[in-house]
Amino acid sequence: MNRIIEVEHLRKVYGPTVAVEDISFEVAEGEIFGLLGPNGAGKTTTVECLQGLRRPDAGRLRVLDLDPQSDGKELRRLIGSQLQDSALPDRMRVWEALDLFSSFMPNSPDWRIIMEQWGLTEKRKSSFSRLSGGQRQRLFVALALVNNPKVVFLDEMTSGLDPAARHTAWGLIRAIRDRGTTVVMVTHFMDEAERLCDRLGIVDSGRLTALDTPQGLIATYAGQVRVIFSTDHADLSWLQNVPNVSLVSRHGQRVEVEGSGPVLARVAAALVERGILPADLRLEQPSLEDVFLSITGHTIQDQD
Amino acid sequence: MRTLLKLSWIEVKLFVREPVTMVFTFALPLIFLFVLGGVFKNMPSEEFRNAKPMDYYTPAYIGLVIASIGLVGLPVHFAKYRERGVLRRFRASPLPLWTIFGSQVLVSLIIASLGGILLVAVSMMAFDVKFPESPALVLAGFLPSVIAFAAIGTLLGALLPTTRAAQGLGLILFIVMMMLSGSGPPPEVMSDVMVKTGQVMPLYYVTRLIQDPWLGFGWNWDAFMVLAGVTLAASLASLRLFRWE
Repeated sequence: MNRIIEVEHLRKVYGPTVAVEDISFEVAEGEIFGLLGPNGAGKTTTVECLQGLRRPDAGRLRVLDLDPQSDGKELRRLIGSQLQDSALPDRMRVWEALDLFSSFMPNSPDWRIIMEQWGLTEKRKSSFSRLSGGQRQRLFVALALVNNPKVVFLDEMTSGLDPAARHTAWGLIRAIRDRGTTVVMVTHFMDEAERLCDRLGIVDSGRLTALDTPQGLIATYAGQVRVIFSTDHADLSWLQNVPNVSLVSRHGQRVEVEGSGPVLARVAAALVERGILPADLRLEQPSLEDVFLSITGHTIQDQD
Repeated sequence: MRTLLKLSWIEVKLFVREPVTMVFTFALPLIFLFVLGGVFKNMPSEEFRNAKPMDYYTPAYIGLVIASIGLVGLPVHFAKYRERGVLRRFRASPLPLWTIFGSQVLVSLIIASLGGILLVAVSMMAFDVKFPESPALVLAGFLPSVIAFAAIGTLLGALLPTTRAAQGLGLILFIVMMMLSGSGPPPEVMSDVMVKTGQVMPLYYVTRLIQDPWLGFGWNWDAFMVLAGVTLAASLASLRLFRWE
């Protein structure tokens, strides 16, 4: 794996507030790396330090073999940034912004292609102040990509986008990754992190509490799957003894069986053997939501 | 270079799309021209360096165009960009700070030229103002004047945190300089303190640098040197003190 970003013991303090306590990770070339966590966890501060926009109080950072603080100028020629809380001049038009940002680097690809990809062609003559939240967001992502960067930083890329636009955005980000661009993204959306990221770090209170592929995280921290069905049968105590089953709970007709491995097949076979044929037998996979809860002890919304 | 020109051109377009700033920059000196043109009889007078009042005031009002850009236009522009997060967005791009400053100087030159031409044209038509004695030296004085005030405006923009602060302080500075630096009452009717205070203001030297060759007094080296010093100091201070957010 070709390491493109290295973070060692990053720490950043704003006055009395510790934004980042101690975070270390590496990002490989050509992957989509995500930082997932609630608001105020330190994700944005971390990626802003990586882009040279903030000075870390401690730790060692390398991005594309450059130090974001001392080589900031050179670094910014190689990366693309989509930031939270930024803006363009009110009366600047969409095409003017794309044209301007593509002029920063020689050999930038034609900005009209990116404008088309991100669905902005219709709005090309609109001023920034007249764009909706979602349109602004798409423009910012487009501006981050217009210079064909080696690494692109996306901070809450899909906030403000409607569901259809989010799915389009995910597809476009995957396409960028497939062309070899490394993507570092910050998000507090579980589904986005799970579907889009190749590897994912979970950030909570300024620390990186877990780091793996989304599937790896689920397997490690929420290994138990749930088999769910409904039945009238009164006595199900024998389910406890079926192999792979760890816990059986019942609420009226609804039965939940927690277990691991081939628990679904085992439970199904045992039910059939006893002549119980529930029509709604199904398996519930654990999600990142469960991972997050089991690692941090709270849901991602708790701290909002 | 390509980026500098592109950014400058966009900034010119943004200026034109902002009617309030445009009216302030272009119309205010014209309003003064007409008000004072109505007050004074247009006869040569000792108070006005032995020139007709309107010949005396027209070059001074070119200084007013320059000062309104540097004291109000630019600081408000920078403060607004900072407040809104535009500077934050620029900072994360490969756009160097000098390009941002450079584009503001270019835009100031373009706007000041347009404002100056408009003012001179109107004063010639409405008040029969005569053509400058040394037009080449007037132009030569115009250039460093705009650059000096662009530097002052950038410094104010670097220092003043909010749009409101920039508007407030910028307007006060503008009005004080306007009254005391040659666009207001002639020095002979002002008190000693007022005259001395006026001579501390950079606009006083702009007025001198443009008015002297206009009225046939030649090139004013002292004024030029003062403005060169102001430009250097303000530019260095801006680069040091500039805050992106």
